[in-house]
Amino acid sequence: MKRAINVNINGTEHAREVEPRLLLVHFLRDVLGLTGTHVGCETSLCGACTVIIDGQAAKSCTIFAVQADGAKVTTIEGLAHNGELHPVQQGFWECHGLQCGYCTPGMIMAATQLLERNSSPTREEIRHGLEGNLCRCTGYQHIVEAVEYAAKNQ
Amino acid sequence: MPQKYVGQRVKRTEDPRLIKGLAHYVDDIRLPDTLHVSFVRSIYAHARLTNVDVSEALQAPGVVAVYTGRDVEKIGPVPCAGALPDLKVPDHRVLARDKVYFVGHPIACVVATDAYTARDAVDAVAVDYEELPVVVDTEAAAQADSPVIHESFGDNIAYKLTAGEGDIEAALAAATHVIKQRIINQRLAPVAMEPRGVLARYLPGEQELTVWSSTQIPHLLRTQLALMIGMPENKLRVIAPEVGGGFGSKLNVYAEEALLGWISMQTAKPCKWIETRRENMQATIHGRDQVGEIEIGCNADGTITGLRYNVFADLGAYHQLLTPAIPTLTGLMLSGCYKIPAIQINVTGVFTNKMATDAYRGAGRPEATYVVERALDLVAAELQLDPVEVRRRNFPKPEEFPFKTATGLFYDSGNYEGALDKALENADYAKLREEQKQARDEGRLLGIGVSTYVEICALGPSQAMPAGGWESATVRIEPTGKVTILTGASPHGQGQETSFAQLAADELGVDLNDVTVIHGDTSIVQYGIGTFGSRATAVGGTAVYIAIEKLKEKATKIAAHLLGAEASSVAFADGKFSAQEVKQAAAAAGADPGEVPAPVLPAGQDPAGALPEPETNGKRVSLQDVALAAHLAKELPPDMEPGLSATYFFEPKNFTFPFGTHICVVEIDRETGEIKLVRYVAVDDCGKVINPMLVDGQVQGGIVQSIGQALYEAVVYDEAGQLITGTLMDYAVPRAKMIPWFELDRTETPSPVNPLGVKGVGEAGTIGATPAIVSAVVDALAPFGIRHIDMPIKPETVWRIINNGRQ
Repeated sequence: MKRAINVNINGTEHAREVEPRLLLVHFLRDVLGLTGTHVGCETSLCGACTVIIDGQAAKSCTIFAVQADGAKVTTIEGLAHNGELHPVQQGFWECHGLQCGYCTPGMIMAATQLLERNSSPTREEIRHGLEGNLCRCTGYQHIVEAVEYAAKNQ
Repeated sequence: MPQKYVGQRVKRTEDPRLIKGLAHYVDDIRLPDTLHVSFVRSIYAHARLTNVDVSEALQAPGVVAVYTGRDVEKIGPVPCAGALPDLKVPDHRVLARDKVYFVGHPIACVVATDAYTARDAVDAVAVDYEELPVVVDTEAAAQADSPVIHESFGDNIAYKLTAGEGDIEAALAAATHVIKQRIINQRLAPVAMEPRGVLARYLPGEQELTVWSSTQIPHLLRTQLALMIGMPENKLRVIAPEVGGGFGSKLNVYAEEALLGWISMQTAKPCKWIETRRENMQATIHGRDQVGEIEIGCNADGTITGLRYNVFADLGAYHQLLTPAIPTLTGLMLSGCYKIPAIQINVTGVFTNKMATDAYRGAGRPEATYVVERALDLVAAELQLDPVEVRRRNFPKPEEFPFKTATGLFYDSGNYEGALDKALENADYAKLREEQKQARDEGRLLGIGVSTYVEICALGPSQAMPAGGWESATVRIEPTGKVTILTGASPHGQGQETSFAQLAADELGVDLNDVTVIHGDTSIVQYGIGTFGSRATAVGGTAVYIAIEKLKEKATKIAAHLLGAEASSVAFADGKFSAQEVKQAAAAAGADPGEVPAPVLPAGQDPAGALPEPETNGKRVSLQDVALAAHLAKELPPDMEPGLSATYFFEPKNFTFPFGTHICVVEIDRETGEIKLVRYVAVDDCGKVINPMLVDGQVQGGIVQSIGQALYEAVVYDEAGQLITGTLMDYAVPRAKMIPWFELDRTETPSPVNPLGVKGVGEAGTIGATPAIVSAVVDALAPFGIRHIDMPIKPETVWRIINNGRQ
């Protein structure tokens, strides 16, 4: 039995009928076509699916779409404003904070929330704040530098 | 030629789409009416299939088809390109027929209208198994009393191989010291963040099949899929879209890739399969898994006389593309960066009831470097010499290159002592040893590990490769002057869209943003080999460079014609051709010596529409003018072929051999056994560098995978062959907080093998770092009499050493 939900995604209201078991990440990707949010493990361990729900970074692979009913969700596609990159996005570009790019949207969303909570984190705090997100390419150092860049330029 | 871009930390041109979430990985490609495929996989490591009942699954709403091994017998076997003498090659079908050989072995696949329905229907397929004895232990698999996996072979030994030069028996007999050590390179999972995925679309009218796959080798995959499916290769198109990491795991041809293509042909609809992480852990290739004994002979001064490595290589249940070939690379690199007169490797490759091993970042070379570096440390410990000194004494000198090893290689160039000295200086090694002494006096466990490594890159000359070792490039100047590069390399995170553009922008004097690098589409790009073995820049980049040189030759002739000059008198700089002197004939014809007549385009007949006319600005014409003239073809030298493009297939004459020194400092918590990485200093030499930022990224990522192998990662099967590390909860990929700050530096010894002088850097980190980290931990525990610990070194192991050591 499908249920009606209404979710605000990147500032736009989306009213849809979905199966109760539909995961939020599949709602974003398959129903709305927002494929920037990735799936890397299905078990909340890699963070590739991280989005921001009502101000909290959350892993959209282990949340049902119906749980996001009435919520405000920001995905990677909603981060840039008027064509201008978010400072975290800019930092990742400037500092080579990505290689294959697959973990990047989730990593950027997690870093964005990290900076909202702590606008000038130490390197240790950045590493701690990104512990829920795996990257297999970069070795994290350039990601730490990207977040430092964003902290300075936000 | 001035280098505006090459050598600079140029930001990547591929990044904007990736940081905005607008890139297209396989699962991001949406085609109407796509069917979704989900697999039934074996829950046992070794069993006979007595019945596979798909009837209930077939009746589920939304299920279109269910296929078992019997239905897909027309699809050819999964290929193995490793050709070794007397190699046993099991018949590797795309779906199991009578027996399953490892947990995750595909048995059937369900095709449904959406992914959730397909996954549900997998549970409705009833499989009856008759369990068989399981072969898990690598060494036991080779014993005569072991159960046999592939019955027709009689045993589990896939091959035996002996390689190396010099009289190893005599060398060991003559040594004053011979040290033996059993060493394990554990089984690892590559864990690219994007799992595998395939989308296939067959068009019955055109009889064309397009396969989008997350692969490192689109062209090789196309050839193999054509053979497997029985499809003409020129009707088959493989596209590697955005690929989310590979590390060797996508340097392969997988059953699922052929199956998806075949299913699309049966259903005449697009079909998609996206691997889950659980499937990725079970059924994407693993790496390493060597159990061996190293035997090293030396004299009292630390000079190495000989080295032998007897090793069992765990191949898993089947060969994937390069499975049996990986240990041969280990054999090739057993000389490390040392002069060792006699070397021998004895490999026994065995089948076990596990997923196949194959190329994982480094592919055979990390194994070699690890055992050699561990052996050098053992020599140092035995002789009570500083491990740095033992290494230094055995280095070949820079003037000894090309240096021939007893494994049959010629190292192209090197200055091992140069990199070592720089690393020692950057780390302040002498002071570190002082600090260690003080720490030990205080009862603290501080350890310093040093690894000096050499690796083999730019794979490679075709003679040494199963399917061609060259790489291709086409460079094209479009009528508007924009530059298009088609490369046969298939980057998936390495950044060659940027680095090749840097190269072209400098060589052609154009803006970086006027260059586009296209890769990964077999219908657009001429045949290529792909990205693996740190080859894309050294082989593929060289192909780009030489293609540009060829193109410039032609462009110069056209420019000379436009300028009315001899080609030999035309110079090219900053994107402009200029003539030193003007042909007499042009002057005699009444033309202004400084003016060259532009091609005259009859009104309304310009096929290029509103294109500007070539501008011949005095004695100079721009590359753009030449490109337009080449395409309009109205003012070309006699018999000149129109168009402005050049293609080159570069065949390297040798491998390249990057090298370096890595130094790791650890401190161990006595109470918990926890290992803290205190410092990490690396000096790598990958020859000339096109983009230092990308090189740093490659090194850092590689070191972290080494940290994973040294301290955290292991694929574990239990005695029943069940995969214990089946999710990322159990398989410990390093996280940001486990990693120290890397202090990186370089030396630059150009390679003579290619005109760019580049060597390759993709795997340096996984090759150089692992032994340094292990060495540091062992060094920290030296007061307990420890000389070697197998990986991954867990706090528990360390704690036990500390506590058993306490009197």
